[in-house]
Amino acid sequence: MASVPAVLQSEWTKIRTVSSTIWTLISAFAVTLAMSAALSALMNATFDDLSEAERLTFDPTFVSFSGLILGQLAMVVFGVLVVGTEYSSGMIRTSLAAVPQRATFLFSKITVAGALALLVGMVTSFLTFFVSQALLGEHRTTLGEENVLRAVFGGGLYMGLIALFSMGVAAMLRSSMLSLGILMPFFFLVSQILSAVPGAKEVARYFPDQAGAKIMQVVPNALDSDEAPYGPWGGLGIMVLWVAASLIGGYLVLKKRDA
Amino acid sequence: MIELDGLTKHFGRKVAVDRLSFTVRPGMVTGFLGPNGAGKSTTMRMMLDLDNPTSGTVRIDGRHYRQLDEPLRTIGALLDAKAMHGGRSAYNNLLCLAQANRIPERRVSEVLDIVGLSAVAKKKSKGFSLGMGQRLGIASALLGDPEILMFDEPVNGLDPEGIHWIRTLMKALAQEGRTIFVSSHLMSEMALTADHLIVIGQGRLLADTSMADFIHRNSRSYVRLRTPQREQFLDALSGAGLAAAEAQDGVLEVDGSTTEALGELAAEHRIVLHELSAQRASLEEAFMQMTAGSVEYHAHSADAAPAPPPTGPAAPQWAPRNEGA
Repeated sequence: MASVPAVLQSEWTKIRTVSSTIWTLISAFAVTLAMSAALSALMNATFDDLSEAERLTFDPTFVSFSGLILGQLAMVVFGVLVVGTEYSSGMIRTSLAAVPQRATFLFSKITVAGALALLVGMVTSFLTFFVSQALLGEHRTTLGEENVLRAVFGGGLYMGLIALFSMGVAAMLRSSMLSLGILMPFFFLVSQILSAVPGAKEVARYFPDQAGAKIMQVVPNALDSDEAPYGPWGGLGIMVLWVAASLIGGYLVLKKRDA
Repeated sequence: MIELDGLTKHFGRKVAVDRLSFTVRPGMVTGFLGPNGAGKSTTMRMMLDLDNPTSGTVRIDGRHYRQLDEPLRTIGALLDAKAMHGGRSAYNNLLCLAQANRIPERRVSEVLDIVGLSAVAKKKSKGFSLGMGQRLGIASALLGDPEILMFDEPVNGLDPEGIHWIRTLMKALAQEGRTIFVSSHLMSEMALTADHLIVIGQGRLLADTSMADFIHRNSRSYVRLRTPQREQFLDALSGAGLAAAEAQDGVLEVDGSTTEALGELAAEHRIVLHELSAQRASLEEAFMQMTAGSVEYHAHSADAAPAPPPTGPAAPQWAPRNEGA
């Protein structure tokens, strides 16, 4: 058996020695922060235009993460590229010749990349929260309020899980282009649109992003939205199941298919 | 030592590798020869456990590849020159591999030095030429200082100086007692480097023989001549206990003699000769004839089939598989 710490070290070297790592993670951080800050400032300025129902269910925590819809796409790119470039470059053959145990290889890679995504996610989530709250003016909340810390911590978890889900998908599809071609429109368009269509909404709320995002809500029916049939941790649990399914799928493909 | 036992690979209904059994021994260069599409690369990928065999086994020093603790320390392979991440420097590409198998980092600089890439060690490998990529691939094979080395078409893309270098390197590695397994579709290349030869066609084993034996059996030398006094010359030949084979356009081919002896024989009988030359059937021709029935991709333009080897009394022949192998 290959030595797991040695393989972890090797995967860390792989991640830190390609430039795509740094620019995808910086994008995830910068886009989330900038867009959330802008939308929070806008919300503060137009608060009086909101309907009464929306004002009553105003969720300053959730609002401070509104840039995540765009920022998560950079996390998707990070996750896809970490796994996908092994295939697009042909490196996978060299990698598997060095570490023929498929599980050791894939899960070491996912552990290293997942930990990095989680770390960046946490930093992004907390900084985004503080900056956005500062811009929300008198509508702001604080970490000390009930459930707010859970929501901000959850925002970091969400970003890490989105990256992990993308790694699993890339391992199943064995191609960066194909994975991005499916995941980007899915998270940016399909999921967002379906969650707004009556009827389709009942299905869409079990999608990984829709379910996982509930962890960032403090008010269950924030901004007069429908209340989900699951709680914040239930939603995150659904997302974790999606992530597990994609990673197991990725492992089975790696194990069965010729490299 | 690499042992293949009944190795078979099907892609759908197509049989890429068909019950291959042979042994690659240490201390020599074993050439793995076959036309394009014969199944060489597939076989080598199965040896490294990259492709799953449909049936049969490969053993590396008696163990399955996946049972090797740190495979790069046992077997190094050059499969595909481009099997590296282009956005990473040559040094870092090798460092990732070294770390995975707990090979000390100084070895990375050593192998870059051996293959002559030290000057571009920090350059991204996507800017490398085919020849440089090939050298980087060879460096990755040498990384773990393994006892077994596999090279898939190593001379591809190398300039003449590079080709000479890789030949010398392979021979030197074999002399150190290592097992060297190298594939090629060029017989001429193998004749210069290999000590032992394994020939496959359409996934099947066609020959497993020593290079010396292959050359001995296949490099028929003969004398080619033309004369307007055919019958007289044939009589003179049989008088001297020789026989001639008749080739196209009235050309005669005589085995077991020399140009000197035949020239004098003709002079003695006052026979006019229009041509008298020593010929040697090339190993390439012998190889082409051997694999003629199993070439995957024939050129289909008119008369583009491989030139038929010279027909003669001693038609090229090759050793049947060594049953003791």
